[in-house]
Amino acid sequence: MSVTREEVAKIASLARIRMADAELDRMVPELNGILDWVEQLGEVDTAGVEPMTAVIPNTLRLRDDVVDADPHTAGGRRDDVLANAPAAEHGFFGVPKVIE
Amino acid sequence: MTDFTQLGVKQIRDGVAGGDFTAREVAEAFNAAVAEAAELNAFIVTTPDHALAAADATDAKRAKGEELGKMGGVPIGMKDLFATKGVQTTAASHILEGFEPEYESTVSQNLWDAGAGMLGKLNLDQFAMGSSNETSYFGNVNSPWKKDGTNAAMSPGGSSGGSSSAVAARIAPAATGTDTGGSIRQPAAFTGICGIKPTYGRCSRWGVVAFASSLDQAGPMARSVEDCAIMLEAMAGFDPKDATSLDMPVPNWEAALSADLKGKKVGIPREYRMDGTDEEILKSWEQGKEWLRDAGAEIVDVSLPHTKYALPAYYIVAPAEASSNLARYDGVRYGLRELPEGAGLQDMYAATRAAGFGDEVKRRILIGTYVLSAGFYDAYYTQAQKIRTLVARDFEQGFTQCDVILAPTTPTASFPLGSLNEDPLTMYLNDVFAVPASLAGLPAMSVPAMLNSDGLPLGLQLVGKPFDEQGVLNAGLAIQNRANFNAQPEKWW
Amino acid sequence: MVSTYRIQGATGEWEVVIGLEVHAQVTSNAKLFSGASTAFGAEPNTQVSLVDAAMPGMLPVPNRECIRQAVRTGMAIEAQINKWSRFDRKNYFYADLPQGYQISQLYHPLVGEGSLLIEADEKAGIPEDKVIGIERIHVEQDAGKLMHDQHPTMSYVDLNRVGIALMEIVSKPDMRSPAEAGAYVRKLRSILRYVGSCDGNMEEGSMRADVNVSVRRPGEEFGTRTETKNVNSVRFVMQVIEYEANRQVDVIENGGTVDQETRLFDPNTGTTRTMRSKEDAHDYRYFPDPDLLPLELEDSFLEECRASLPELPDAKRTRYENDLGLTPYNARELTAEVETFARFETLLAETAKQIGKPEAKVATQVANWALSVAPGVLKSLGDEADPANATAEAQAKILAMQDKGDISGGQAKEIYEIVLKTGGDPETIADEKGLKQVSDTGAIEAAIDAIIAANGDKVDEYRGGKDKLFGFFVGQTMKAMQGKANPAVVNQILKDKLDG
Ligand SMILES: [Mg+2]
Ligand SMILES: [Zn+2]
Repeated sequence: MSVTREEVAKIASLARIRMADAELDRMVPELNGILDWVEQLGEVDTAGVEPMTAVIPNTLRLRDDVVDADPHTAGGRRDDVLANAPAAEHGFFGVPKVIE
Repeated sequence: MTDFTQLGVKQIRDGVAGGDFTAREVAEAFNAAVAEAAELNAFIVTTPDHALAAADATDAKRAKGEELGKMGGVPIGMKDLFATKGVQTTAASHILEGFEPEYESTVSQNLWDAGAGMLGKLNLDQFAMGSSNETSYFGNVNSPWKKDGTNAAMSPGGSSGGSSSAVAARIAPAATGTDTGGSIRQPAAFTGICGIKPTYGRCSRWGVVAFASSLDQAGPMARSVEDCAIMLEAMAGFDPKDATSLDMPVPNWEAALSADLKGKKVGIPREYRMDGTDEEILKSWEQGKEWLRDAGAEIVDVSLPHTKYALPAYYIVAPAEASSNLARYDGVRYGLRELPEGAGLQDMYAATRAAGFGDEVKRRILIGTYVLSAGFYDAYYTQAQKIRTLVARDFEQGFTQCDVILAPTTPTASFPLGSLNEDPLTMYLNDVFAVPASLAGLPAMSVPAMLNSDGLPLGLQLVGKPFDEQGVLNAGLAIQNRANFNAQPEKWW
Repeated sequence: MVSTYRIQGATGEWEVVIGLEVHAQVTSNAKLFSGASTAFGAEPNTQVSLVDAAMPGMLPVPNRECIRQAVRTGMAIEAQINKWSRFDRKNYFYADLPQGYQISQLYHPLVGEGSLLIEADEKAGIPEDKVIGIERIHVEQDAGKLMHDQHPTMSYVDLNRVGIALMEIVSKPDMRSPAEAGAYVRKLRSILRYVGSCDGNMEEGSMRADVNVSVRRPGEEFGTRTETKNVNSVRFVMQVIEYEANRQVDVIENGGTVDQETRLFDPNTGTTRTMRSKEDAHDYRYFPDPDLLPLELEDSFLEECRASLPELPDAKRTRYENDLGLTPYNARELTAEVETFARFETLLAETAKQIGKPEAKVATQVANWALSVAPGVLKSLGDEADPANATAEAQAKILAMQDKGDISGGQAKEIYEIVLKTGGDPETIADEKGLKQVSDTGAIEAAIDAIIAANGDKVDEYRGGKDKLFGFFVGQTMKAMQGKANPAVVNQILKDKLDG
């Protein structure tokens, strides 16, 4: 399978990466090279094989329902949360106006 | 007078604890070495004050007769993938340039708690995507090594290339690395140092910028097996903040180190004998077998039939996870924001991510986006995850016949920077021997074996059963004791 | 019987097909994957952890209580509980979604198929009870909130709601009228509130419905559906269906085709429109979240979930009818809301205790009081009433006095009025205000004897067969007793004397 320039443009848009024409032109053969190469996985008969879910036998641990039990994962730290924001005003993050 | 920069983790720790010298003397020596080595471009930012403060704290503790910790008085380099509170954390990307986390990663915090100090944040391939350290926004990292008779800048490997370069150049006694598909082992092999990726889940991923969550593991890079054992003990441990963290005690690896392999079986995977593998690499592998046999091990042949498919499967799984993990870099909460005149929200995302990500990162995001997209998911992603199951099963099978597996770390020695740039695929092949253990979450280590005919280091890889870091370290120690690798790059910086 | 709700188009009749995806905020202290609080109404971004803000390197760890609540909810709709489930990532870019993906469950949801009964409601156009299929319940993260009117060129983002656990409860496309959809949402809300897994507060957004609507000729294949997002009241859900069904019929009858799209409801106009921001979001690239292992539930966990379930609306209603002998209407009214049945059951227990009879013997009396008498009095008083005075003890006392014949129904109301206004002990009030009826047969007999003596002609007429005159004698007796005679006693004595 190979991807066309239009498909690459669509993927780039889905991934929210703006791409100039020249960049797209460069990307198409590179992606096709990689996709052609991974194509060989199709040779492997995987009937009846479960896809990997946990690489090391381990089960999902659950947390207790306690607010702010661990400061690392607690709320109530607005200044920290906003500290690196490119645009923060009145306690909010600012983004270009969205029309729904 | 002692040249402190020649000392490793154990020597520094024991020397400080024993009062042979102060932690401050050591920190000052390494700070000076770091300052002199700008040409290596191993560090993105240096933090001499952090190293000094930690050293002073250790010296003060010693004066009071308190415990100094597993890494007491040891200054280290921190790969710039670990969030460090108040210190710029970039993943070597433009998109995170200037980002100063309000938090400390669990692994780095564990190291500080153990008495280590930070020399600076180490350069790497952008978002840990690369095998040569040529994808950093902050410039290539130079290996301290040169090919005999040439002056070409050599690759320190990647993605932990700042780490490997710094440790090999003796500007840091040890450094943290992360390994997603070989990113600790391959650079360690390229620069003649040791590096271990522990079992998936040993080291917390909390606070480590994510590349591919199901593969990412932190580990130490240092100049000896002992140093790796010490530092891994300090880094590892259960973390309730990481749902994939292993809830098991951290063994005392250092204390249990033993180079006596009597009664152990070492497996040689026949599928690792691949076309295109450098003759000298194969020779080093043969030598490795000899050394381990000499240490008392029995050498057995094992088969890992799906080895060939590990790398392509990795190049589906890792980019898929990365495409999603990197979606958070959108110019809203931190990092770069590109807002062209009149841009709406979605335009801002696209412009920010176009400006903030390098080519290799974009390439992998696009691959990942594509393989997950409607209609392709099963053919690519599900199939790759099934093959991952098969690769893991191969190892399970293999480990019914042996205790540890010996293989080359890389198919070639280091190469000149810029020499593999035309085609991303040739670069990917660098990790062909490293990736299978990553896919299976197994502990794996690279130890230096010898110099090749060009005067460049070659590494040998040991892969262990789940949770058996000790078996890996012990086999590594057996090799180290026999290889007596003590070559150092000549200082040119 | 099938719903007869039809859209009358220019070319004939259309049937509407409705499926609902209800997002219900799980009642928990902390968020689904972080320790931040879920409390409503806090200052912007004050309940946001580093995890919720998707800072680099942050990781999710699931909250056991959120899983437990979803499992209990699944059990309440008799659904399949999946002991093995997984979290998946749903990838899309939006300012209310810091991670760039929502952690949700697509491939292996926690709860599988179940069902929910909506009851016949002739008036609303639901001719008989109907079972609505439920496809699944999965657990996922809520998104943040955007404010568009605070700044001329910017939208403001508040992440307080980000990461609160939601149950997405997906119905089958089994509903055929706005009334059925309304009844479904009300019933679902009632169950969630019984279980305690969601407060059901639609005004605060604790429950929002995505309304899937399509139209077809009766009995034909399903048409193309639209999904109207985040509708936050029962009335709006019904409006959306009316509007969408009619709009789609217009589109089709005018030769167009309905686009499968996401729409937005405007409560001010009662109309829906295409949602611009979701235009190209169809390719969500779902895949298992690699930060989370599969969720495996142990038997002991499931047993605890089941054991903690309360009696549910359907079972309670049946018990009220069969064991308490209530009318179907009363049983339904009393079991619809948690508060209603809770108040009723407390009052019933207290009344039975005070009267000294089994609950079943006094249930009808208490039900009538609780559903009509008491609310009537309360309403008539308006602001004069202090609802805090309406204790179960006081009400039970009034009911007990009435049961004994000490007071009449009218007196009961009067006493309750005073209780509501001023508080106080109903018996004391009855004594002080003379609000008691006379059951003393001597006094009543004397009065009746006097009336019979004074009305010989009427007595003869009555005995001659003019039964209707009985009422006259009752009236005269009550008048003579100043309205305070126990009517039952009056009736009995009159009967004895006139018929005897
Ligand atoms: Mg929906
Ligand atoms: Zn949802």
